[in-house]
Amino acid sequence: MTVARAAAIVWRKEIRAEMRTKELLQTTVTFVIIVVVLFSFAFEPAAVQAKEYGPGLLWIALLFASSLMLSPSFAKEQSNDTIYALRMAPVSPFAIYMGKMMANLSFLIITEAILLPVFAVLYNVSLWPVIGRLALVLLLGTFGLSVTGTVFSAVATQARMREVLLPLLLLPISVPLLIASVEATAELFAEPAVLDRTWLSVLVAFDVIFFAAAWLLSDYLLEE
Amino acid sequence: MAASAAHIPLGVTYDQVEKRYGTFVALRKVSLAISAGECVALLGPNGSGKTTLLKMAALLVRPTSGRVNFSANEPMDVNRARRHIAMVGHNILVYDELTARENLEFFAQLNELENPRERAAEALENVGLASRADYLVRTFSRGMRQRLAIARALLPSPSLLLLDEPAAGLDHQGLLWLAQTLRNFRASGRTIIMSTHARNEVTDIFTRAIAIAAGRVQRDTGATGNPQPLLEELKVGA
Amino acid sequence: MKNRAIALAILAGLFLFAGYAVFFIAPDEATMHAIQRIFYFHASSGWAAIEASAVVFFANVAYLVNRKPKWDWLAVSAAEVGLAFWSVILVTGPIWAHPVWGIWWAWDWRLTLTLILWVLYVSYLILRTLIADYERRAAASAIFGIFIFLGVPLDYLSIRIWRTQHPQPVVFGGPNSGLDPTMLKVFLYCGCLMSLLMVFLIWQRYRIESLRYRAEELRLAADEREENQDEARLSSLRSS
Repeated sequence: MTVARAAAIVWRKEIRAEMRTKELLQTTVTFVIIVVVLFSFAFEPAAVQAKEYGPGLLWIALLFASSLMLSPSFAKEQSNDTIYALRMAPVSPFAIYMGKMMANLSFLIITEAILLPVFAVLYNVSLWPVIGRLALVLLLGTFGLSVTGTVFSAVATQARMREVLLPLLLLPISVPLLIASVEATAELFAEPAVLDRTWLSVLVAFDVIFFAAAWLLSDYLLEE
Repeated sequence: MAASAAHIPLGVTYDQVEKRYGTFVALRKVSLAISAGECVALLGPNGSGKTTLLKMAALLVRPTSGRVNFSANEPMDVNRARRHIAMVGHNILVYDELTARENLEFFAQLNELENPRERAAEALENVGLASRADYLVRTFSRGMRQRLAIARALLPSPSLLLLDEPAAGLDHQGLLWLAQTLRNFRASGRTIIMSTHARNEVTDIFTRAIAIAAGRVQRDTGATGNPQPLLEELKVGA
Repeated sequence: MKNRAIALAILAGLFLFAGYAVFFIAPDEATMHAIQRIFYFHASSGWAAIEASAVVFFANVAYLVNRKPKWDWLAVSAAEVGLAFWSVILVTGPIWAHPVWGIWWAWDWRLTLTLILWVLYVSYLILRTLIADYERRAAASAIFGIFIFLGVPLDYLSIRIWRTQHPQPVVFGGPNSGLDPTMLKVFLYCGCLMSLLMVFLIWQRYRIESLRYRAEELRLAADEREENQDEARLSSLRSS
């Protein structure tokens, strides 16, 4: 069976399981909105400053949300030892990883789709003119978060305090992604809106390097 | 239980297998040869290495040194053998948040079985869970969960079935059902290795008994011997 | 034991000479004067830290390929020693900056990059403390360690570009441009010395780790012997 097909089967299962309870999505979206709202108490959200602080706020909120959301990805395979069932199946560990990574990506995209309008309204930022380019930056950044976060979910599952551990691993590693995403988003909020090629390249490089690393190391991710 | 597609007779050999977890030695240079069609009882206290032996045959754990080999009339490489091996563990290996049917369809697809929907439905029939097929596993009783776990393991019609204390938590009915299921499985010439406390289970199905303690094989009734006396001797309660 | 004493003595001697060299041989720097001398330790620690980080990466890969515990011992030793050197940079940097610029910290790209790496290695070590099982700990930290190392070029790039787009006071621009030959000699000497110190520290830490492992093996073997003796005694009681 091809990796793509096996990954798709796992992806479908992940989505189906989440859609049953929607626990993860609900808590993640709520958390992200809370962060965005809380931010306004820390900084006076005048329209001018919103363009300055907005990109940073957006991406910090997403980083925090990812840290919460990615931790259960592999952890939930421990409760009934279903990880054994996955490992015994004749599929490569990379396919299992990919399926979960794509599921996490899907959940994060759903979160962003809800976050963006809320953010735009609360901070009076007009996102519509740049929505296409913004979507590209978001996609590249979220892909990077999902790739690394899913790996670290597998790593953290072996440890105690895994919910707190995941941000400890993910956030420092995400520094290039955070810088590039925030800068690219800021350029899109500026007048005139520009899609910065340099930062886009950094994002693409991040995605490619860590995806390749995940592929090379996937055999070791799932072992006992 | 319908005997599915023709199976290959699968045997497993442990060749000087050692397993260390850090400084703890779980298995010490164990050598065992189990032929196709045998029904082996693994006896021993907790921590003796039974689970490690089973997990090694299930390819979940790699030996620190030594090898685990599979043969089906002739040596078979690990990646091919994988498709014919299944394990029922301490835990049920199915998802609580999905229905019984969804679970089995998922694993049928993942194991690349033809007609996954039909196979799943058939498996549910065989373990008597057809009426609860579309209920969440979370709502199942202990006995039902165990039956589903076994249904999942038997989906790919494995030639080698590994069970880690499958009787734990089953009531008398459940035990009888388990014994019958295993008898049917054996009848088609497949191999079983099962760890057990030889307590309440029906023990007539076993063809061989192996006692393990502290990572070593202490007693082995052998491929042709009679396991019953050893099983009697090591029974804790009845 | 003897090797260690000799190595320590040699290192101590070399360091004494380094102190002498830094304060008496190296000429006075034009603008910053005395405080500039901290540069010799600051920058040479940087080299040692980078070397230690490379050793961590190498040990991580070796462990995944080979699975021998000794690679894990090397990885944790190099990571801890590396962290110590990264810490030296983070402490000497502000000590240098404050008298010269009146600020403790500038988001200068070098300091920022050092800070990120420092945080990453702290995370690496915390990850290790949270996993009890030897092999899981070794494999999990090896994977994270490899990710850290692969991220370094991107960390460098993104922080560098970021700082060029938002210029800050350049605190440490001076030292690398037009180094006086004597200064260069002292600097190279300190660089080599720090690397030697790094090797010595890693060696010692590695020894501790391997001894710990060996001690545990012996303890388990002793426990088992005791259990076997108890068993033998019990069964002889039963049969009598």
